[in-house]
Amino acid sequence: MIFDIEVKISLKDGMLNPEATTIERSLDLLGYEVKNTKTVEIIKFQIDGEDREVIRENVVDMCERLLCNPVIHNYKINVIPQNMACGK
Amino acid sequence: MTKIGVIRFPGTNCDRDVARAIELVGLEAEYVWWSNEDLTDFDGVVIPGGFSYGDYLRAGAMASITPVIDGIKALVKEEKPVLGICNGAQILGEIGLVPGIFITNENPKFNCEWVDLKVSNTRTPFTKDFKKGQTVKIPIAHAEGRFYTEDIDLLKDQDQIVLQFKDKNPNGSMEAITSVCDESGLVCAMMPHPERACEEILGSVDGLNFFKGFI
Repeated sequence: MIFDIEVKISLKDGMLNPEATTIERSLDLLGYEVKNTKTVEIIKFQIDGEDREVIRENVVDMCERLLCNPVIHNYKINVIPQNMACGK
Repeated sequence: MTKIGVIRFPGTNCDRDVARAIELVGLEAEYVWWSNEDLTDFDGVVIPGGFSYGDYLRAGAMASITPVIDGIKALVKEEKPVLGICNGAQILGEIGLVPGIFITNENPKFNCEWVDLKVSNTRTPFTKDFKKGQTVKIPIAHAEGRFYTEDIDLLKDQDQIVLQFKDKNPNGSMEAITSVCDESGLVCAMMPHPERACEEILGSVDGLNFFKGFI
């Protein structure tokens, strides 16, 4: 079965996010008043497998070894069987 | 003759400057491609600056899982010196050979300028020829050099802070730190570029001592 994987990577709370700060300042220049701007990175890929939990454990491994740096990042993992994806 | 490996990844761009600096202090430099896992011929290595793998994911993230990293870890076990400069420093942070990580500057621009640095630690081979507290002039050139660690007190207790910005903190680094070492002092990560301060014509020779650390 094909699983759609989505890894959402964000900076830990309290970490300075210069990109978000710059976006917020630029929105302000356009006249939009927003606050608490944050940026997240989403990495998507597919895995062919059977056991959803085994796949999730594999993706956790990927996050810890490459996709994230645990010193500064939090991550959320979505494992969605393809036939259950929205609109299919 | 003492032979120092200069590690090359796709996107490394300070390798030839580093090799020249190594030769200026009378040592032999040899380039090492990222796929080489066996570094037993070398008496030490430098991981030079640049933009390995286009800085994808995070600066140094891709390089941190290449075979040459296993070779570098083996050298560290043999207590041979390892110096990571700029992107090399980011890679050493990514693989956890030094504490902390270098992330996007507080003001997210590429900072390329000469800076005055305070030598905070002279127990590493690379800073042994300086006096503690001495000021050295070496340029920086990075957009991701803001030092961050979860446990700054541990770093102080274990005397792992090597260089700190003097007078101003151009990237918002924690406690103005721009170079740290491992517990032994043999592995040193620094954002400033000592290889760009090795000849009078460049404006400073303060960088030479870092390479003399391999002698």
